Amino acid sequence: MKRLNLQSVKTLYLAEMARSMRTILQSIVSPVISTSLYFVVFGAAIGTRISEVDGISYGAFIVPGLIMLMLLTQSVSNASFGIFFPRFSGSIYEILSAPMSYVEVVVGYVGAAATKSLILGVIVLVTARLFVPYSIDHPLMMAVFLVLTAVTFSLLGFIIGIWADGFEKLQLVPLLVITPLTFLGGTFYSIDMLPPFWQAVTLANPVVYLVSGFRWSFYGISDVSPLVSLGMILLFLSVALAMVGWIFKSGYRLKP
Amino acid sequence: MIRVEGLSKTFSDGFQALVDVDLTIQRGEIFALLGPNGAGKTTLISVICGLVNASRGRVLVDGHDNVRDYRAARSLIGLVPQELTNEAFTTVWDTVSFSRGLFGKPKDPAHIEQVLRSLTLWEKRNSRLLELSGGMKRRVLIAKALSHAPQVLFLDEPTAGVDVELRREMWEVVRGLRDQGVTIILTTHYIEEAEEMADRIGVIRRGEIVLVENTHALMHKLGSKELTLQVDEPLEALPESLAGHGLALADEGHALVYSYDAARQEGGSTISGLLADLEAVGVRVKDLHTRQSSLEDIFVSLVQERRSP
Ligand SMILES: Nc1ncnc2c1ncn2[C@@H]1O[C@H](COP(=O)(O)OP(=O)(O)O)[C@@H](O)[C@H]1O
Ligand SMILES: [Mg+2]
Repeated sequence: MKRLNLQSVKTLYLAEMARSMRTILQSIVSPVISTSLYFVVFGAAIGTRISEVDGISYGAFIVPGLIMLMLLTQSVSNASFGIFFPRFSGSIYEILSAPMSYVEVVVGYVGAAATKSLILGVIVLVTARLFVPYSIDHPLMMAVFLVLTAVTFSLLGFIIGIWADGFEKLQLVPLLVITPLTFLGGTFYSIDMLPPFWQAVTLANPVVYLVSGFRWSFYGISDVSPLVSLGMILLFLSVALAMVGWIFKSGYRLKP
Repeated sequence: MIRVEGLSKTFSDGFQALVDVDLTIQRGEIFALLGPNGAGKTTLISVICGLVNASRGRVLVDGHDNVRDYRAARSLIGLVPQELTNEAFTTVWDTVSFSRGLFGKPKDPAHIEQVLRSLTLWEKRNSRLLELSGGMKRRVLIAKALSHAPQVLFLDEPTAGVDVELRREMWEVVRGLRDQGVTIILTTHYIEEAEEMADRIGVIRRGEIVLVENTHALMHKLGSKELTLQVDEPLEALPESLAGHGLALADEGHALVYSYDAARQEGGSTISGLLADLEAVGVRVKDLHTRQSSLEDIFVSLVQERRSP
């Protein structure tokens, strides 16, 4: 095998970024507005009743969860649309007939989707600053969680974009799976605020580990050990990679 | 340039679209893959270009196996698909440059400009694809395929649904490419197109290559000629002295049909002999015309021939 074909990857990556940039205004405006709304509704309204969670002001407590919420939904929708669109428009033939390896195709698409959601994650982080002061205890680990989550969920989006055979399905998964899991994943509360039975159920929700680990990197508090969080996200990443590998090997929905 | 060996393709629904295809494409030629809709033309091209996995057999592009050595094989190939794509928002320039980059080639604005000019797309370089007509979009697809200077160009039904004028222009472009040394494989179900364009023709039917021939040889070998003679007085039977010419009566005795092929032209019967014999028996010829069967007839006769058991 030849070395990585950087020119091809760069071309694909930049074209995908350019596609995102065409809609950059709505890409940025909508998360900024929704983040602000979350702060108004959850921070201001509920925060007056719940003044502190684990010694952190409620407003600051929800910041990591909100960023995760944005990161997950944006990663999935960017990446799924990114690969679904050429399938839908017919231009996928060009990718498949180019002298590119599967790895290069995935790096191009998933890299661009993850980059965009990371940019939005940072924007949300900055927006949140307008509402609440927060600290970041472990900035390096925060970056690691941020990148791993963006990549993992962009891979998931990529898989969805290949699996979906219509726009409905493309929107179904984010709507029916990602959003509920995020809301129930400890974004807006600490899971030890729940009754014991629901705590146990919640631990089956993968998003809990992401939010918990990410919040730990901010304030040093977590529902589960940060190492468990890291382990879980690496596990999700491996599963997603294995599925993408299988898709290309079998030609599923790409090559009859 | 391209060797296809024992290639078969059975789709997941069990349909066998290619049956043990063997084919060699020579460097620098224009090869037409001719066959009715559903014959397997697109499938064959798709396997060669890496869009469809073969069930059996292999493909070599300039000696490179298109699966094991796909990078080398694919980088030689440009593909113009049958269906128009509908990416709407990119500009002509961007999409053509994108194609070049995807093939791992460094930016080369001069080359892109030359490609766009040769396809009369230069004026439209800043137009978005949604602003272009169907014919223009097809040219953009050709430009994309040429952006990385391929040695082999596949054109899948390049002139389907294209008006006559544009078709002529397209043919000129294809000939120009061949003159630059590009090997061209085009598929078509228009017989005239194969006849007009191709150096060699391969006929594909139900996934099988039924024949591959030099276009002229094919015409010569299978093309039959007919001479129809209109006579003054209807004949009830053929005069005995004309028996040697293999004539047939037609049009209730008003016409005589003389068919000859390449071999018979050199044999005993000649047209001058026939005319002399007609004169001798007093049959007066009022009018005559000849007909040479085109590939269309050959094509129909081939298909019928194979269909009957
Ligand atoms: N992905 C597929 N799954 C099943 N059958 C297919 C698929 N693609 C093409 N076919 C069938 O294979 C046959 C050949 O198709 P195609 O190669 O497109 O023909 P052509 O290009 O000569 O018109 C057709 O009968 C078509 O229905
Ligand atoms: Mg076809």
